Amino acid sequence: MKKAIIVGCGRVGSMVAQSLSQGGWDVAVIDKDPDAFRRLPEDFPGKRIAGIGIDMEALRSAGIEEADVVLALTNGDNTNAMVAQMARDIFKVPFVLARINDPLRADTYLELGIPTVCQTTIISNIILDKLPKGEY
Amino acid sequence: MYVIIVGGGKVGLNLAKELLRDGHEVLLIEKNKNRWAMLERDLGEVVFLGDGCEMRTLQEVGCSRADVVVAVTGHDEDNLTICQLAKRKFNVPRTIARVNMPQNEYVLKALGVDDTICGTRIIYDLIKQEIEVDQVHHLATFKEGGLDIVEITVSEGSPVVGKSVKDINLPPRCLFLSLVRGNEFIVPTGDTMLESGDTIISLIDRQEVGRLRELLAPRGGK
Repeated sequence: MKKAIIVGCGRVGSMVAQSLSQGGWDVAVIDKDPDAFRRLPEDFPGKRIAGIGIDMEALRSAGIEEADVVLALTNGDNTNAMVAQMARDIFKVPFVLARINDPLRADTYLELGIPTVCQTTIISNIILDKLPKGEY
Repeated sequence: MYVIIVGGGKVGLNLAKELLRDGHEVLLIEKNKNRWAMLERDLGEVVFLGDGCEMRTLQEVGCSRADVVVAVTGHDEDNLTICQLAKRKFNVPRTIARVNMPQNEYVLKALGVDDTICGTRIIYDLIKQEIEVDQVHHLATFKEGGLDIVEITVSEGSPVVGKSVKDINLPPRCLFLSLVRGNEFIVPTGDTMLESGDTIISLIDRQEVGRLRELLAPRGGK
C-alpha cells in the first residue's frame, strides 16, 4: 500500500487526506492542533499525530522513513517549505510537495527543486479566466 | 561589515547594539509594527519594518551587499527561509540561524545554513558539564576539533599518586599542559611524579574527559 504523510489538517489537508485514504492509500496526518482532526471523518483509518511538522520526532512517528509521498499543506509557507525539504533531503522521500501562498517564494522553492503549489497564482488565474473574454 | 539581523526580539536587539558599538553597519528587520516602533525609538533608523522572509524586504535592505545575515526570530522555519533566501538569492557569504528546537540544529545545517546557535543546547551543555563531571573545571572549549582544556585536581584515592607521568595510562588525545602544586608551577614532563592535591591542566578530546577524571579523581575517592 502506498504511504502518504500530510502535514496540516486544515480544509485542504483534511480533504486531500480523505481522498487519498478512500483511494486506498495509507495516510498519516500531522497537525499541531489536535482539534483540527475533527475535519477528518470519524471512520478515517489513518494515523492522527498531534505535533509540529518541522519536528523530526513527529515526522518519524508518522512513518516518514517508509513514506512515498509527503505533502506540506499548513497555512504557513515557511513551515511547508521546511517540511518539504526535510522530507526530501533528510528522509529521502521520493515525492514531496509544498503549499506556498507567496508567489515570489513559490518560484524560489521551485528553483531549489521543491515542487510547490501556489494557491494565490492558481486562484487568480481561475478568476481571470472566468471573466467574460475581452472585458479586462 | 554589513550585518543584517532579522527578528527584533531581545536577542536581535542586543546583538544589533553590540555590533553597532563595535562600529559595524547594522540593519535590524522587524515585522511587528508596535515592536518596530519601540526598537526605532531605541536604535534609530537602522530598524526596518518588514517581513524578512520576503524577497521584497531583503531586496529593499540591500541584502546582496550584506556580509552576514543573522536570523534570530523565534521560529526555526522562518530562520531557515531567511538564511536560504539570503544565500541562494542574494549570495550572502555567511548565514547564521538561531535554532529554537535543539534537534533542528542538524536540520538547518543539512539544509544549507552556515552556522546555527541554539540557546537551549548551550545552557544544557553548561549544566551537564557542571553536574556530570563535578571535579572537572572546564577552562576552554574549542568548537572545532572537539577539544577542551580542563582542570582536574588529583585526589588521594587516585591510582596515579606516586607515579610518574610516563607510567600512567593516559586516555588518547590528552596532553598535560601544566601542573600546579601548592604555589609552585610545573611544566610536566614524562618524569614528573604526581602527588595528591596536584592540579593538572590538560588539553583533551572532549569525549575522553570522563576517562581522565576517573583516572585522576575517581568517584568514591577523596
